[in-house]
Formats: sequence, C-alpha cells, structure tokens
Amino acid sequence: MRPRTKRKIRMTFLGWAAALVVAFPIFWMTLAAFKTEIVAVSTPPQLFFSPTLQNFAEVQSRGDYLIFAGNSIVISASATLIAILLALPAAYAMAFHPTNRTKDLLLWMLSTKMMPAVGVLIPIYLIYKGLHLLDTVYGLIIIYILMNLPIVAWMIYSFFREVPKEILEAARMDGARPLQQVTLLLVPLALPGIASTALLSIILCWNEAFWSINLTATQARPLTAFIASFSSPEGLFWAKLSAASLLAIAPIVIFGFMTQRQLVRGLTFGAVK
Amino acid sequence: MANVAQSGTLASRRGREVKTAPLIAPAVVPLIFWAFVPLLVTLWFSLLHYNLLDPVTRFVGFDNYSYLLTDPSLLDALWNTLALVVGVLAASIVFGCLFAVLFDQDFYGRSVARLLIIAPFFVMPTVSALIWKNLLMHPVNGLIAYITRSLHLGVIDWFGAWPLTSVGVIVAWQWVPFATLILLTAIQSLDREQVEAARMDGAKPVSMFFFIVLPHLARPITVVIMIETIFLLSVFAEILVTTNGGPGDASTNLTYLVYKTALLDFDVGGGSAGGIVAVILANVVAIFLLRTVARSLD
Amino acid sequence: MAHVQLTNVKKSFGALEIIKGVDLEVKDREFVVIVGPSGCGKSTLLRMIAGLEEITAGDVLIDGVRVNDVPPDARGLAMVFQSYALYPHMSVADNMGFALRLAGVPRQERGAKVLAAAKILQLDPLLERKPGQLSGGQRQRVAIGRAIVRSPKVFLFDEPLSNLDAALRVQMRVELAKLRRDLKATVIYVTHDQVEAMTMADRIVVLNQGRVEQVGSPLELYRQPVNRFVAGFIGSPTMNFVDVTATAVSDQGAAVQLPGGAVMTIPVASANVSVGDKLTLGARAEHLKVAPSGPLRGQVLVVERLGGLTYLYVQLTPADLVIVQAEGDLSVKVRDVVAVALEPRSAHLFRSDGAAISLLGGQPPAT
Repeated sequence: MRPRTKRKIRMTFLGWAAALVVAFPIFWMTLAAFKTEIVAVSTPPQLFFSPTLQNFAEVQSRGDYLIFAGNSIVISASATLIAILLALPAAYAMAFHPTNRTKDLLLWMLSTKMMPAVGVLIPIYLIYKGLHLLDTVYGLIIIYILMNLPIVAWMIYSFFREVPKEILEAARMDGARPLQQVTLLLVPLALPGIASTALLSIILCWNEAFWSINLTATQARPLTAFIASFSSPEGLFWAKLSAASLLAIAPIVIFGFMTQRQLVRGLTFGAVK
Repeated sequence: MANVAQSGTLASRRGREVKTAPLIAPAVVPLIFWAFVPLLVTLWFSLLHYNLLDPVTRFVGFDNYSYLLTDPSLLDALWNTLALVVGVLAASIVFGCLFAVLFDQDFYGRSVARLLIIAPFFVMPTVSALIWKNLLMHPVNGLIAYITRSLHLGVIDWFGAWPLTSVGVIVAWQWVPFATLILLTAIQSLDREQVEAARMDGAKPVSMFFFIVLPHLARPITVVIMIETIFLLSVFAEILVTTNGGPGDASTNLTYLVYKTALLDFDVGGGSAGGIVAVILANVVAIFLLRTVARSLD
Repeated sequence: MAHVQLTNVKKSFGALEIIKGVDLEVKDREFVVIVGPSGCGKSTLLRMIAGLEEITAGDVLIDGVRVNDVPPDARGLAMVFQSYALYPHMSVADNMGFALRLAGVPRQERGAKVLAAAKILQLDPLLERKPGQLSGGQRQRVAIGRAIVRSPKVFLFDEPLSNLDAALRVQMRVELAKLRRDLKATVIYVTHDQVEAMTMADRIVVLNQGRVEQVGSPLELYRQPVNRFVAGFIGSPTMNFVDVTATAVSDQGAAVQLPGGAVMTIPVASANVSVGDKLTLGARAEHLKVAPSGPLRGQVLVVERLGGLTYLYVQLTPADLVIVQAEGDLSVKVRDVVAVALEPRSAHLFRSDGAAISLLGGQPPAT
C-alpha cells in the first residue's frame, strides 16, 4: 500500500476516534431519546434496544413544551429580525461612507458585547420589574437585540465590504440612486452573508442561558430555562427529557453546521478570517 | 493609492448625497443607552445599603466593597473563576490545536467527522449540563459510573467530590469545539506554498508544526484565548443546573456569586458591588481583545 | 457634439494634492489617451470627469456646460471600469440593460437596444449567461456593451486591458480600434501601457504626479518630447540617457563631450546653453548603430535576439549602459567590444532640470 494511503487511513482512524469521542454525549442522549424510560436508566446501559418514538409523541403533546418551544422561536426570530433591520443602514453607512471615526465606532460597538451580563443584572431586573417586562417575550427580545446588535452589524458590515465598490459605482453611472443601489445590487449580492448573520444571531439567542433563566418564569419561558428546571429529574422521565432536549438542540446544531465558516468571522469579531 | 481607496466612496466625503448620521443612529443610540445607563445604576446601587428585604436603604459609600473584598466567599469565587477560566482555556488551546491540525489532514469522511467534533459548541448549555450530569456523571445511572464499576474502580461522585472540575469538564466540552473551529479555519488560511517550501527544505511533521504552523496560529490562538475568557468569566447555566455553586462555595464563580447575592439573598447593594468587580475584570481582557481586533480592521 | 474641457482642475485628499492643475481639451470624436506611471493620478482624473470623485478646484465642461455639480448619470458619459464591474447576479442582457431599466425605458425598446449593442460586440449568443460563466475577454465586451447601450456622448475607459493576458490584450486593442470607428464617439482612455497609448490614440496626454507633462499626437511625443520624463516614458525600449558636458556653443548647436571623450555637435537652439553646462543626451536604440567609426565604445553585456531585431546592451562607462538596436543576424557576442555611432540630428539634449533643448531648423514635420 502506498505510504500516502497508509497515512490517510491512519488519519481516518485518529480523526474519527476524536470525532466520536467528542460527539459521544450527544450521541448517547440521542439514543436515550429513543428508549423507553426503563431502558434509559437500566444498568448496564444498553447500546442496542428496540427504539420507540413514544417519547417524542409525548413531548409534542405536552402543551407547555410547545409553548416553551414557541417562546424560543418567537424570541430568537424577532430579536434577529429587528437586529438586522437596525444594523443594515448602519452597516451600509460604515461600509460605503466611512469616516475617520468609523473604525472607532465599530470597536466601541463590539466592546459593548464584552460587558458581563452579571454587571447589569440588577438594574435590568429592577427596571423590568417596574416596567412589567419580567416574564414577557418582549423583555427578552429587547435584551437580545442589544446583545447581538454589535455582532450583527459587524458581520453585515464585513459582508458589504466584500462587494466590490466598483459595482456600485457602475450602478451609479447607470443612474441608480443610493437606495436603488442598495436594493438592486447590494442586498442581493450580500444576501448569503446576511443569511449567515441571521443564523448566527438565532443560534446565540436560542442558546442564551443567563437572561432567559433570570428574567422569565412561566409565560415567556424559553427552552433553555425549561430544561434548566429539570436539574434534578427523577430517573423515570429521563428518556422524555432526552427527547425534549434533542428537539431543542437539533435545529440549532444544524444551523451551526450550515454557517460554520461565516461563524468564525462573527465570533472572533473578524480577527480570524 | 490608499488615499484614493479611502475617499473614493460613492458620495463626497462631506456626505453630499447621503447623510450617514440618521443611518447609524437606530443601531448606535440603543447601544449607548444599553452600555451606560444600567452600568451607572449598578455603580450607584453598589454604594448603597439596599436589600429588598430591608425597608431601609441608605448610602454607605464603599462599605459594600470593603465587605466584599474581605468576604471569603468573594475570594473563593474569584479563585474558582480563575481556575475555571484557566483550566478550560488550557484544554481549549491544547485540544483545539491538536484537533485543528488533525482535521487539516485529508481523510475519509472528514467533512462528516468535522461536523461531529464541532457539534458540542451549538448545544444549549443547559442541555449540555444535563447530559453530563445525568447520563454520564451520575454516580448511579451514569455511563461513566457503569464503566468504572465494571472495571472495579469504584464510583466517583463527580459533583460531590470534584464539583469545579466537573463543571469545567462540561464547559470545556463545549468550548474545545469552538477553539477547534477557529483554529482549523486559521490553519486553512496558511499559505500552502509556504508549507511546500518547508517540505523542500526538509521539514518533518513535528518541525513543520512548531516552525510553520504554530507561528501562523499565534494570532488566532490569542484571539481564541481572549474571546473565550470573556465568555468563560460569565459561565452560569452549567453551574446552576448541576451544583448550584456547591457544595458550599466549591463551584461558585463570580457570576454565580452575584446571582446568588442579588436574586437569592436579595442583597442589591452587595450584588451590585460584585457586579462591578466582574465588569472590571472583563474590561481588562476586553482592552487587549479590542486592540487585536483593531489591528485586524486595518 | 461631445467636447470635453478641463480648466485648471485640481484634486486634493486632505492635505495631499493628487492633481495639480490640469488643463485638457478633448475635441469631438477624438480618442485621447491619458498615460502615466502608477500613482500619477490618471484614474483619479478620469473619475473626476465621470463624476465619481469630487473636484476640489477648477472646471470640467462637457459641450460648454460646467458639470462639476452634475451627478454622474446625467453627464452623458459611460464608463468601462478596469475590473469591468459587471453585476454578478444579473444576466448579460440585464447587465447591459440596467441603465435603461433605471431610466424607465419600456422592456421592448430596452431589448432592442441591448440586442443591437450585443450584435456589434458579438455577444448575442451570450445574452442569457451570467458574468461568472464568461471568459475575461467576454466580460470585457459586456462592460463595453453596457456603455454602448447608453449612447453616451463620451466613453471613458479606465485601464480596460490591464486584466487581460498578453495575447488577448493585443487582440482587444485591434477590436477597440475597429469599434471606435464604428461608434464615432469621443473617447477618453486611461492606461499605464505606453504601447496602448501609442497605437490607439489621436492624442496622448502624459501625466506625471498630477501634472500634465505633454500633450500631442503619438509621433509628436515620440519625436519631440518636451522633457526627459516624456522621452523616457514613451517608446520601447526606453530612450538611452547619458550625462554629457557642453564644451562649446555656436550657431551650429552645442558641442558636447560624450562618455569616452569624443565630442559631438548636436544641432540645437543653443541660446541658453553655456560652456560647462551639465546636460543629458538622449538617443533611442534605433538611432544608435554598431559602426567601427562610432565615437562611443563599450563592451557588450547582454545580447537579446528577438529574431528580426537584436538589442545589444553596451556598457560605455561604468555609469553608462545603452541599448543599441541592430539587425537580427548581427554576429556580435557577449564581451565583444563594439563602437557605437549616433546621428546628431536624431539625438535629444536635455538641460539639468529635464527640459528639452529644441532642435535647430524647427520641428521635423509630423506625419
């Protein structure tokens, strides 16, 4: 066997070993979701069993689970949409009409993201209490918009910058007003980037586990908080919890796969390309 | 022609055709509010004796701080925070580099394997915590317990005996994939011709790693360290779901301490002081991170 | 009518002055090429005419109307960008019809105009393709087509051939020349390649660091450069320059001492030349000959045989290396010592400030 192929096989072994070890907990939970409760907590733990979809059915029939999932969806989607709408004009201005202050502005925006949530937990809690925003989706949406705006603006800005300026100049020579340049040229060309930004924002909102736990109780509780409430489950419904968890993480993990590359840009604030 | 590029924008620099202020305002104004107002309120509260259970609220200056700085709970929390951050960082960098180099190699099914090794980062922290706590680390039903029992090694009560470490394992499990993803992306931007030149010069894999790959990764590693630090300082959900900071204060970090003080003990004044300490800590890291980001913005 | 006039146009970026007072007149249907080294400001100048850069001072007039404050699409111009700047997500037909669409031209009329322009450029089979599916040369033609469709008064070209490989460049030069005849339009063309300038222009504007060095027909610039910069920029291979000293001045011209000691009288108007002046002698490779009686001697360093011609690099003195053009079958080898002759009437003399000293007997007639 040629040395190159031998090496490839060795790498295959190593690579897959690492991947399986790291992903094992997810895999194990996925298995549990398809087990009956008894099988799920049996010792020795079973690798082979006859799978059942019962857990999923039960989870979906639980009215409150659907509410929590609905909350997560509404909060993530709304916060993302509004953040993008607020960021688009700012990103356009910074990308195509930069001034000497533009870079400082971007850095300042990013710095707001670095403030620890715990430093403002109390005022936010008390303000929300006074405004009756506790345990409402609006309360969380507002915070998530503010938390993600820097990253969203930054990512859209960087994608706008990748559209060659000359294309917009050619459009200008062809008679396009600034708004037409944006709608007919800029947005279609930057759309893949904007889509990744949206996915990243959704991921960040969905997985956020500080504000969502502390600012909600029953009405606006999203999936993160719901699952947190099961920190000491009785063994008897671990399978159902696994099913619920699987449903909760699956879409986000898939989104993550789809936007891996662009994610790097957003998560490192552009310091790694 | 740098100057041409800078000023060759669509409108004149005096913004004759497009005014930029109203475009930027919708994004910037809320952020200004968000950045300053709550923080100032926290600062103010930290100077008060303010407890939701106590009808009397009065100004006490720096009393909260002096109490805090002599409170063993704070020192424990700071120490735990540091240990957690450093531990997870070390694991992230070491394993992140290894995995990044590994996944840079060509092998069968690499793209699928890559998805698997990155997946944990996208799992909700509460779910991660529960998976580890109940499925794996549980002394009775957990898989690890089963394995160690079969090997006659006894059973470890992870969260009882090694609470901070256990939390660290969970957090590391989530952040190693992050480091892997970032470093893998960085490795793939390594100029292939440089690698080939090194090979012609006779570099073996190990020297290749130390002399070519690692220097190239120096900057991304720094970025990973700084970004992870910012996020690791605020680890919360994993602690809440597994140990609630216990036993005692063994797995309480600064974030959890503030949470406990403010929302469980209702001590607004003390909690605010703790919050300010957290902010100062984060700011120190933020300054370095912003400088690095600033350089890459040029 | 499409007449463009620039009067004392200046452009500054902050404190840095890029264009330092340019006067230029482009007559109707003229093909004017603005040429100069990188960074001389030629693209900036073109963009000011187009309206993509603000004019710091001076006036730009199109057909007598001052257009400084007129938006780019209202100036009656069309521009072909260096990188073509095609809209990647639109088909060729949509790219070419975009301006008409923005102007509200109905679809039928738009289609007809696009088709007409496409036919001129042989793009009609490609109308439904996207730019990503086209070759470099095809994309360039689409960029030109986009400009043609607008029926502009003036075409602006910003280094359109620099992204093409050498063979394609030659081909496109010929096509552009043909196109220009068909379109009967005024063209302002910017390039750094003096071969393009020489072969395509009616008149050439040589720009250097934001200033116009000389304006004239290609042959004028070739034969009568007004200064050392233009002499060295135009013509390939570059003109040879050697330092000489004036030894005598008379009605016949200036006698200068050549490297190696020989003295030659160059027929120039020597009114402002004094004995002892340090001057520069310029001679093109084709005016230097290998001849046993020549006043210059040197060792051959490099022989470049191109087949029809040979270029010899002759080291006259440690400081003076000249290129001599010779027949293709010349049997000279490296390290041979040769004598080089020069016809005085073909030589150029430049003062120490770079200005050319005019030749006696007026200018040779331009062809």
